[in-house]
Amino acid sequence: MASGLHKSEVSNPVLRWIDARLPVVTMMQKEYGTFPTPRNFNYFWNFGALAMVNLLIMIVTGIFLSMHYTAHVHYAFDSVERIMRDVNYGWLLRYVHANGASMFFIVVYIHIWRGLYYGSYKAPRELLWMLGVVIFLLMMATAFMGYVLPWGQMSFWGATVITNLFSALPLIGQDIVVWLWGGFSVDNPTLNRFFSLHYLLPFVIFGVVFLHVAALHITGSNNPLGIDPKGPQDTLPFHPYYTAKDSVGLVAYFAFFAILVFFFPNMLGHPDNYIPANPLVTPAHIVPEWYFLPFYAILRAVPDKLGGVVLMFASIAILFVLPWLDTSPVRSMRFRPLARPFLFTWLVSFFVLLYCGGMPAEEPYVTISRVATAYYFLYFLVILPLLGRLERPLPLPESIARPVLRGGGPLPAGAVGKPMEKA
Amino acid sequence: MPKGFDMTFSLKALAVALGLAAGAALAPAPALAAGEAVKLPDVRFSFNGIFGHFDRASAQRGFQVYQEVCANCHAMHQLSYRNLREIGLSDAEVRGIAATVQIVDGPNDEGQMFERPGRPSDRFRKPFANEKAARAANNGAYPPDLSVIVKARENGAAYLYALLTGYEDPPADVTLMEGMHYNKYFAGHQIAMAAPLNEGQVEFHDGTQASVEQLARDVTQFLAWAAEPELEQRKAMGVKIVLFLTILGGLVYAVKRKVWADVH
Ligand code: HEC
Ligand code: HEM
Repeated sequence: MASGLHKSEVSNPVLRWIDARLPVVTMMQKEYGTFPTPRNFNYFWNFGALAMVNLLIMIVTGIFLSMHYTAHVHYAFDSVERIMRDVNYGWLLRYVHANGASMFFIVVYIHIWRGLYYGSYKAPRELLWMLGVVIFLLMMATAFMGYVLPWGQMSFWGATVITNLFSALPLIGQDIVVWLWGGFSVDNPTLNRFFSLHYLLPFVIFGVVFLHVAALHITGSNNPLGIDPKGPQDTLPFHPYYTAKDSVGLVAYFAFFAILVFFFPNMLGHPDNYIPANPLVTPAHIVPEWYFLPFYAILRAVPDKLGGVVLMFASIAILFVLPWLDTSPVRSMRFRPLARPFLFTWLVSFFVLLYCGGMPAEEPYVTISRVATAYYFLYFLVILPLLGRLERPLPLPESIARPVLRGGGPLPAGAVGKPMEKA
Repeated sequence: MPKGFDMTFSLKALAVALGLAAGAALAPAPALAAGEAVKLPDVRFSFNGIFGHFDRASAQRGFQVYQEVCANCHAMHQLSYRNLREIGLSDAEVRGIAATVQIVDGPNDEGQMFERPGRPSDRFRKPFANEKAARAANNGAYPPDLSVIVKARENGAAYLYALLTGYEDPPADVTLMEGMHYNKYFAGHQIAMAAPLNEGQVEFHDGTQASVEQLARDVTQFLAWAAEPELEQRKAMGVKIVLFLTILGGLVYAVKRKVWADVH
C-alpha cells in the first residue's frame, strides 16, 4: 500500500479504493457501527435520531414546496392553495411540512427534557448542550419565518407582533424594526427576506447539528444512570443494538406523525391562517404557533414591554449557563431525591405557561403566568444552585453493567463477550 | 435502585405532559372570547371520521344552492368549473355550467378585452369586480370568499351549518344595528348577511325537499369539499399507511427483541 493512504479494512475493492483516499466508510463504521454506546439507554435516547430524521424531512419537503411557492404578498396565499389543489400530492407535501414543524418541536422538547432529567448538560458535555440550545434557537427562528410564508391572517399579525418586540429596545428599537421589515410595516420586502432566510436557516441548523454530533462522539453519550461507562462490559456497539432500538422509535414516530397528517392536518394550526392576510383587520386574538406559547406567556406575564422581551429571551438564554447553575456532581435525577420533585414542578410550570400562552391576556391567566414564570426562573437560578450543596444524593451504582444485569450478580460470560466479537 | 422504576415514572410524566400539551393546543381559546360562543348543534357529515367521504348527490345539490343563492354575493376564486367533475358531474354538465357565465378575456389581436362564454378551465366567476364593489352592494360589509371557509373557522362544517340555520328574532334586550341580523352562532350575534336560505328557495333536480336544514346541509357538504378536495384521498391513504406502520412496527420490534436477546 502506497504511503499517504489510509489503511482501509473494507473488503469491497471499489469502496476500499475510496476509503483509502477519503476514509468515510471507516468513519461511518467507527461512529455508527462499532461506536461504543452505554448498554442501558431507555427510549428517551431515541429522540436525537428522530430529530435528525425530522430535519431531513423538513428540508426535503421544503425544497419541493419552494418549487411551487410564490413569495409575494399578492400571490403567496393563493400559491399555497395551488399547492394543495393542483400540485401532485402537494397537499401531502404541505401537510407533512406544516405538521413536521410541530413534530420537530415535540421531538426536540422531549430531547431537551431527557437532557434535563438525566443531567446530560453537565461536564464534560457542556458544549454539546450549548450547541443544542443554538439549534433550538435557530429552529424557533426558522419556524417563525415559515409560518409567515402562507400569508394568512396569523402569518401577518404574528409577524407584526413578534417583530414589533424589538421596538422595546431603547433608542435604536424603532430603527431596528424598520430595518427588519424593510419598510414601515410588515409587507412584501418582509415576506421576501423571510422566505430567503427560511430557506437558508435549516442548512445552518444542519451544520450545527453536525457539530453537535461531533461533540457527542468525543464525550460519548450520557445514560439513564448518569455514570460513565467503566469499560467494554458497560457498552454495546451502536450497530446492531441501537440501530434496532432506534428503528422501533422511528416507526412509532412515523405512526404518530401519519395520524396527524392524514386525519388531523389542521388541528395544530390556527383557522385564521386560512383567511388571507389583511393589514386592515386585526384578528380578535393573535396567537403564535403552539410551540411558542410558553415563551409568549412569559412575555405577556411582565407588565413592562422591554421587561417582557428581556425575560422571554432570558428564559432560553438561561439554558446556556445551566451547566454552571447546577452545582450537583450527580447527573441523573434518579439519584437526586430532593431535586427530582422540583424538576417535575418545573415541567408543570412549562405546561402551565404553554396553556396560558394560548389564552387571552386577562385574569386569571395573567396571574397564573406570573407564578409559573417565577418558578421557571427560580428553579434554575435558586433551587438548582442550592440543592447541589444541600442535597444528599443516593449512592451511585458501581457500574452500568451491574444494575442492568438482573440480580447484579457476576456477569454471565456470554452476555458481554458476544457483542464485542461483532464489533 | 430498580431500573424500571424511574423510567416508567418519567415516561408516565411525559405521557401526562403530552396530554396536557394536547389539551392546551386543542382548547378553542381564540374563538371563545370573541363573543361567548354558543354550543354548536350536533350534526354529523359523511366526510367526518377516519373513513370519511363526500356524499356526491348532496355536494351536487350544494353546488346548485351555491350557484343560485350564495354566488350572488360570495366568490370562490380557488375553484375552476373543471373541479366539479370531482363531485360527479359529467364533462358535458361541467361544460354546460361553465357556458352559462360570461367571462372577460383578452386582450385580442386588436388589443380589446372581450366577453366570451365560460370554459371548464375558467375559475368560478366572481360576483363583484373587487372588494369595494362588494362592500358597496352589501351595506359596507364584505362577503368573504368561500373557497376555504370550512378550514377558516373553528369546527368549520358544523359552524357553517349552524350559522345558516341559526337566524332568529333577537332577544328583547338586544337592539340590532342598522342593516344587521340576529344569528345565534355568529361571533357577537349581529351579522350583516340576511338569512340567505328560505324553504323551497331552490328546486333540486333530484326532487329532494328544499327545507332550510336540507339546503344548509347540502351547501355545507359542497363547501367542505371545496375547502378540502383531497380529503377522501388523504383519509384513504392514511388508513393504509397507519396499518402498514402498525405491521412494520410489530416486525421491527420483534427484530429488536431478537437482537437484544443476548444482552438482557
Ligand atoms: C345578499 C348577499 C349574500 C348572500 C346571498 C349570501 N351571503 Fe353570506 N355573507 C354576506 C355578507 C355581507 C357577509 C359578511 C357578514 C358580516 O361580516 O357581518 C356574509 C358572511 C358569510 C359567512 C361568514 C360568516 C363568518 O363567520 O364570518 C359565511 C360562511 C357565509 N356568508 C355563507 C353564505 C352562504 C353559504 C350563502 C349561500 C347559502 C351566503 N352566504 C349567501 C352576504 C351574502
Ligand atoms: C428547520 C426546518 C424547518 C421548519 C421548522 C419549517 C417550518 C415551516 C412552517 C411552520 C411553515 C408554515 C406551514 C404552513 O402553515 O403552511 C413553513 C412553510 C414553508 N417552508 Fe418551511 N420549515 C423548515 C425547513 C424548510 C426548508 C429547508 C425549506 C426550503 C428548502 C422550506 C420551505 C418552506 C416553504 C416554501 C413554505 C411555504 C409553504 C407553506 O406554507 O406550506 N422550509 N415552514
